[in-house]
Amino acid sequence: MTPAPEKTAMPTGKDIRQALIAGLWFMFLTFPLLVIKVHPIEQTVTWRWANMLWVGGLNAAVVLACRLVAARRAAGEERRRQEPDRAVAAPSQAFFLTPSRLVPLLAAVGLFFLVFPLLFSTYQVNIMTTALMYVVLGLGLNIVVGFAGLLDLGYVAFYAVGAYTYGLLHLHFGLGFWTALPIGGLLGALFGVLLGFPVLRLRGDYLAIVTLGFGEIIRLVLENWGDFSQGPSGIANIARPGLFGIEMSLETSLVYQYYLTIAMALLTIFVVNRLRNSRIGRAWFALREDDIACQAMGINKTAIKLTAFALGATWAAMAGVLFAAKTTFINPASFTFLESAIILCIVVLGGMGSIVGVVAAALILMLLPEYLRAVAEYRMLVFGAVLVLMMIVRPQGLIPRVRRTYTGSH
Amino acid sequence: MEYFFELLFSGLTRGSIYALIALGYTMVYGIIGLINFAHGEMYMIGAFTALIVSSVLTIYGLPLPAILVLTALAAAVWAGAYGFTVERLAYRPLRNAPRLAPLISAIGMSIFLQNYVLLAQTPDFVPFPALIPEFAFLEPYGGIVGSSDLVILAVSALVMAALTLLIKYTRIGKAMRATAQDQKMALLVGINVDRIISLTFVVGSALAAIGGLLIASHIGQINFAIGFLAGIKAFTAAVLGGIGSIPGAVLGSFVLGLTEAFATGYVSSDYEDVFAFSLLVLILIFRPAGLLGKAAVEKV
Repeated sequence: MTPAPEKTAMPTGKDIRQALIAGLWFMFLTFPLLVIKVHPIEQTVTWRWANMLWVGGLNAAVVLACRLVAARRAAGEERRRQEPDRAVAAPSQAFFLTPSRLVPLLAAVGLFFLVFPLLFSTYQVNIMTTALMYVVLGLGLNIVVGFAGLLDLGYVAFYAVGAYTYGLLHLHFGLGFWTALPIGGLLGALFGVLLGFPVLRLRGDYLAIVTLGFGEIIRLVLENWGDFSQGPSGIANIARPGLFGIEMSLETSLVYQYYLTIAMALLTIFVVNRLRNSRIGRAWFALREDDIACQAMGINKTAIKLTAFALGATWAAMAGVLFAAKTTFINPASFTFLESAIILCIVVLGGMGSIVGVVAAALILMLLPEYLRAVAEYRMLVFGAVLVLMMIVRPQGLIPRVRRTYTGSH
Repeated sequence: MEYFFELLFSGLTRGSIYALIALGYTMVYGIIGLINFAHGEMYMIGAFTALIVSSVLTIYGLPLPAILVLTALAAAVWAGAYGFTVERLAYRPLRNAPRLAPLISAIGMSIFLQNYVLLAQTPDFVPFPALIPEFAFLEPYGGIVGSSDLVILAVSALVMAALTLLIKYTRIGKAMRATAQDQKMALLVGINVDRIISLTFVVGSALAAIGGLLIASHIGQINFAIGFLAGIKAFTAAVLGGIGSIPGAVLGSFVLGLTEAFATGYVSSDYEDVFAFSLLVLILIFRPAGLLGKAAVEKV
């Protein structure tokens, strides 16, 4: 079917006026902070007028573009209403979901990750390991935020629990990575339940603030209770993960860790996927959609909320153990609120509840700033903007989750 | 005894700053039921604007009273403008979205604004000029109460009184109360709800900016991240008093300020922030409605 010739949208006078107003407003808004720069010691002022022009011009352009897109979309909607039989574009995800396309795609991705250390330098491998750790963290938080709909802003606390479990066990008892991993996971689950109990009765937004407070308390305790955690100076010389006592050079060890992290990420994807389609998973979705209806269906709200916290925390804690083993040094500064915000950003960008989306978002958000050095400076600025924009423009995320649906027999 | 009074004044000073910020939280929550996570950033932006404006005016050699008035005005105006813009961009499109959406958007806005100031100004701490002169008559009590303590107490009392008058006795205040009670009904009786919500953000942000200006000149240094902690603590105060209630926010702020001052003075100063966070967690668990709030009954 040939599409009807599109009329190119022309900005109307009103569009231009609105764009100009927006540009001028932002020039006024950003005037003191962006234009004036005071040097308090030399008692001089730098006026950066160029910034003002940039802000005004960019904002006017963005507003104009938005208005044009909106107008065009409205026109399209109108046309669709008049010609209802015109084919609707197929959703892009369905394209990949048939086995004949899915299998080669997965094989290609798998092969790429498998040979990655052979093709690239240790530095790149290291970056990829970090990104994969965020895949695990993102998927863990996805259980709490995406599946159960409980906004947890203190997720990094469990990450810290895992890292310090390994750090302290290694420091005091000389325990290795493989012993610390399950202990860390269990402790994480325990802390998840500990946090979960008191906040069971809280509504969404209060829950967010309490979890935020909890995260900060853990960090502040680690920072100030020097006898226990060695305070701000942290714990150094943590052993890298071992492999049946084989001696490894630093480089081999890093590659080994890369594969370890991949295994961990795969395990996470597998478990989270199974969880999603399980009885608990469906109970979580019910809780997220409507907690009163969920209770009315006979679901034990207390139990499933605690399970969500515990399971989410387990992954964070295990990622924490990995983190401690990878960096061999931990201190409380690695576990600030910003870290929680980054992980939340991964989940929101990928799509709350979507596994493929979260994996993709973790890789994008972690790798892009590494390779686009020019952007690295603006990393957190962009993360903040992503959270706002995604909520407004595409709340379901880049790759929305596909709910299992049961169609009746034909 | 002298130590006690010193702590008392320090607690009251803290409390009144928290109150200036907490009022914004409570007003916004009262009207649209949103925890405005970016509110702490308004305080930070107010402090930065004040720093910039006062420095420029000092360099151009204006007299001190003129600098004080213009700085306060500029801080309030620009923070108000930021509050207005944030509401317009990040919250208004989400007014009918699920509960989590505006909250996530607010967190994003908070991170964005922090990093905007970091990039536009500086990542380091900057010294803030002591705008408030030392009063001669306070000299004998120098160890107990400073002139900036006194100014902070006086200014915040004044601002809070003005706010109370605004809300109780003006048309705008009446419209605000009506919107807080029932948005649809307010629309039906001809109140421009959108404008009232915008106005609430502007007033709340301007109050926070005044708070930022006062505390910055009291402490003597600021950076881009000061809004986070101050915001959380003021939120704690608002919840402590019963979120949505204006007298509650003021009461909660003084309780929190005094608790912090005495706890750090007599127990340990290492855990200053832990006290506030623990208090927050405890209230939310045991008395989520706060001291003066009414427990909300959820109807299906």
